[in-house]
Amino acid sequence: MDNLLDSWGLTVATFSPLVGALVMFLIPKEKEYEHKIIALITSLWVAFVGLMLLIWFDLDATEKLQYVVDKSWIDAIHSRYVVGLDGISLPLLLLTVLIVPLCIVYSWNHFPDPKNPKTFLILILVLETGMIGTFVAQDMVLFFVFFEVVLLPMFFMIAVWGGPNRKYASLKFFLYTLFGSALMLVSFLSLFFLTGAESFVFSEIADNVVANAVSRTAQLWIFGGMFLGFGIKVPMFPFHTWLPDAHTEAPTVGSVILAAVLLKLGTYGFVRIAIPLLPDAAVEWAPWIGLLAVIGIIYGAFCCLAQTDMKRLIAFSSVAHMGFVMLGISTLTDFGINAAIMGMVAHGLITGMLFFLAGSMKERYHTLEIKRLGGLLVQAPKMGWVLGFCAMASLGLPGLAGFWGEFPAILSAYNPANGLPVEIFRTFMVIAALGTVLAAGYLLWLLQRSAFGTPKEEFAEDPNIHDATKTEWVAWAPLLALILAIGIYPNLVFRATDAAVDASLTPCLTIDVDELTHEEIESVHCSEVYGLGNHDSDHHTASKG
Amino acid sequence: MSTNLLIVAFERPAIDWHAVAPEIVLLSVGVLITLLDILFLEKARPYMAALSGLGILATAIPLLTLGIDGTERVLFDGAYVVDNFSLVLKAIFLLAGYVVILLSTNYIVDGDYWESEYYGLLLASLMGMIMMASSRDLISVFVALELLSIPAYLMVAWRKRDPKSNEAGLKYYLMGVFASAVMLYGMSLLFGVSGTTVLSEIADSIDAGNGSSSVMTLGIVFVVAGFAFKVSAVPFHTWAPDVYEGAPTPVTAFLSVASKAAGFVALLALIFVGFYELSNIWEPLIWILAALSMTVGNLVALRQTNIVRLMAYSGVAQTGFMIAPLAVAGHSLSTGNQALSAIVTYLAIYAAMNLGAFAVIITLARRTGSAEIDSFSGAFHFAPGLTVAMTIFLFSLAGIPPLGGWFAKFEVFRVLATSGETWGYLLAVVAAINSVIALFYYATIARKMWADDPSEKDLNNIEVTPSLVSALAICVLVTLLFGIFPQLVARFTEVSLLAFGV
Repeated sequence: MDNLLDSWGLTVATFSPLVGALVMFLIPKEKEYEHKIIALITSLWVAFVGLMLLIWFDLDATEKLQYVVDKSWIDAIHSRYVVGLDGISLPLLLLTVLIVPLCIVYSWNHFPDPKNPKTFLILILVLETGMIGTFVAQDMVLFFVFFEVVLLPMFFMIAVWGGPNRKYASLKFFLYTLFGSALMLVSFLSLFFLTGAESFVFSEIADNVVANAVSRTAQLWIFGGMFLGFGIKVPMFPFHTWLPDAHTEAPTVGSVILAAVLLKLGTYGFVRIAIPLLPDAAVEWAPWIGLLAVIGIIYGAFCCLAQTDMKRLIAFSSVAHMGFVMLGISTLTDFGINAAIMGMVAHGLITGMLFFLAGSMKERYHTLEIKRLGGLLVQAPKMGWVLGFCAMASLGLPGLAGFWGEFPAILSAYNPANGLPVEIFRTFMVIAALGTVLAAGYLLWLLQRSAFGTPKEEFAEDPNIHDATKTEWVAWAPLLALILAIGIYPNLVFRATDAAVDASLTPCLTIDVDELTHEEIESVHCSEVYGLGNHDSDHHTASKG
Repeated sequence: MSTNLLIVAFERPAIDWHAVAPEIVLLSVGVLITLLDILFLEKARPYMAALSGLGILATAIPLLTLGIDGTERVLFDGAYVVDNFSLVLKAIFLLAGYVVILLSTNYIVDGDYWESEYYGLLLASLMGMIMMASSRDLISVFVALELLSIPAYLMVAWRKRDPKSNEAGLKYYLMGVFASAVMLYGMSLLFGVSGTTVLSEIADSIDAGNGSSSVMTLGIVFVVAGFAFKVSAVPFHTWAPDVYEGAPTPVTAFLSVASKAAGFVALLALIFVGFYELSNIWEPLIWILAALSMTVGNLVALRQTNIVRLMAYSGVAQTGFMIAPLAVAGHSLSTGNQALSAIVTYLAIYAAMNLGAFAVIITLARRTGSAEIDSFSGAFHFAPGLTVAMTIFLFSLAGIPPLGGWFAKFEVFRVLATSGETWGYLLAVVAAINSVIALFYYATIARKMWADDPSEKDLNNIEVTPSLVSALAICVLVTLLFGIFPQLVARFTEVSLLAFGV
């Protein structure tokens, strides 16, 4: 069992959905029930494989890549099929394999128009392959391929099953992300060339960046390209404009997957690729990333306050929340990045849940215009409570998952990594803390307007408005339970990520200047960007050579 | 007495019959078709398509044995060469030709056009392309070019009752002849300076110091411009939209894939074997052609409402991508080899995806009777399979993994970003921005087919003829396989021409 999992586990998890999709492709579309069953079984099987991977995962060595498979793929360009799982990927992989079956269950009886469950479910499964693949890929080209694979199904999901403005939104989503990833690819290739590495495998490139002393200017440009690719996906202010449109127009399940997993591909890219591979450039970019992150927090919050549509409001709250995640990442500290990964998981669970709720309310009210809603607690009390629970989780109430993403991220900005301007980051910290107040403001106001009070006249007698159904509970219960569980015991996530994050950061970022002697600091050979002594550049190159 | 002297003076050069076997087989099939047409007239008509298809398959047999044999064969003092490069391209031409015959079968019958002559001309044009792949001499390049072009002029005007087709034929002919004339003038200048027509000897002459001559520069510019016309690079692209729109659609597919590839082959042979040392002349020229073709082609494609015209402009933009690696090919030998492999890879994948897109267009147009993009709206409702196939081709053309096109684009980016030249990085950024622009119109078509309401009243599933099914199957399969296992195509396209040039 162990051996089988070691050599096949990740590959099976990645490609099983594709196999399921292929089988469904061959079955005529009239057999809707069979399609649903196949899709569900496939996604449950993938979830089961994910569970097995978790059980056999060595939690005492999360910094080590596990279940590694290294096979030749495209020899002509030195790209290999390398997959592996470490503590950074593990929580995100589990999040993915959990969300997909829940989405399939949720859509069981209410597929958005124009129905066609066959194509809809095939797209979800293809999406799953892309998402899992991105989280396990350890080769730049492989990563790029999976990173792009998710675009097509999401594009069609929005374009075909979306709301009234779906055509504009789908194309905007596609063009924005492709623009970023095209420049990201150029960055990957230049990095590969400049390092003179033998392959595109992350670890090898990282070694070669150090060994071959890629010039500072080149590193900065390359990081810039990656920044665009990942930053658009996150999305960071000012590249966020595709997100509210995509979220508002996407069908419920599309929004859930988009919020829960797709946005994390961007932040994951920073944590997995940009920062470990180009730490020197990261130090110089970090203040700017931090700045954009806090602008995103405040701007997102103000936009939320101005929204009249519930789904659009949740979408803008994603911009704010991803701002916290990016703030944690921009500190370049072990603490901050751990918080960021926690933030990703928490945001995935909570915002995914909020989108489920928005979808269910849309189905009942046929509108999400906040001023027409009201009195949800009267008409559908259980749903009202779930909405309240999620709003609390989202605003960062201690004891629920959201808190552990937001609070440590803010705290980490108090003490950023070596080489980063402390005063500036402390300013960011204060601004971000103000952002949490705004978050409480817009979420509670949303809750007040939609759940409290008495139902509006037009919906007062509407028989269509009933409490949560069985399928809805099945889809929601695991998410609600996890939000609570992680809130009470955050170590569920930190246990996996901590060592892995620490290992991914160069010692230059994390060593404590006050505790080491001058010689000890010298012996780490850090470049001058970290401000660890009076290196001049000649000395720097000499020590690397 | 004088006749006697001539007889004595002519000595037949040694011919490696194995090396020219593909050409001979194809020629025989062409001759056979013409003879059958003359002998049996109408009675032979129904068999012509099948016969020419089989002829192409038969031609593939000696190609395979040559590939297995693997030795490089040089004929006629270096004027005609059979090496891996030429074999791979011949294979691409044959496959493209075969798919075009599958596409033509019903189109030509339904339109009540001359059939036997059509296939005869198609094979003749294919013959020119196959010769082009081996030509390493100014004269054989020119002869091959005319052999592939002249039948194409006729085929473009094949819808003889439609003025648009006649206009297209005339336009293509006049522009083609003009380009040939410019090229021929350039060739005569090259011959004047170097005193030889064999490309490798021209390279020697450049080494010997003739490269600095301004006449040589002029010759290179003229020759490159002539082929820029053939591959429809901006600013020599103006014929393409009108010709593509007016020609019978299978012929358009043929021109956009095979004829373009043939232009590229000649350009590659000339640059790598002949002028490689003079990269300071052709690199900037190609850089401008590439950047212009991508940008102009894409921007104009955004405004098109007719899908064939759109494919014409998208083809111009794709040319820009294909030609781009040449802009840094002179940097070093390894970059040169990579650039060559990248272009051949692109040609192979482009052939599959572009032919596939045309196959869908032909099939859908049989139903809708129009090539307006709006007439394809909601195709998902009456032709789900075709819509999925078209989606695959369109997004492959846009370069989205895991469809074949991504690897083609990836190879281009790889060459540009790893040459270590600032100009290379710059062109890579231009290409990156252009791939986003291109996605806009490709995705718009796909979105219309999937998401819009059908304009058709008749929502019964569309009928697809068996030959179109096989054409589509071949193209989908190749596009997907090359995307998921790029090593398949990379194995064959790792070719080199530079052993000759340097």
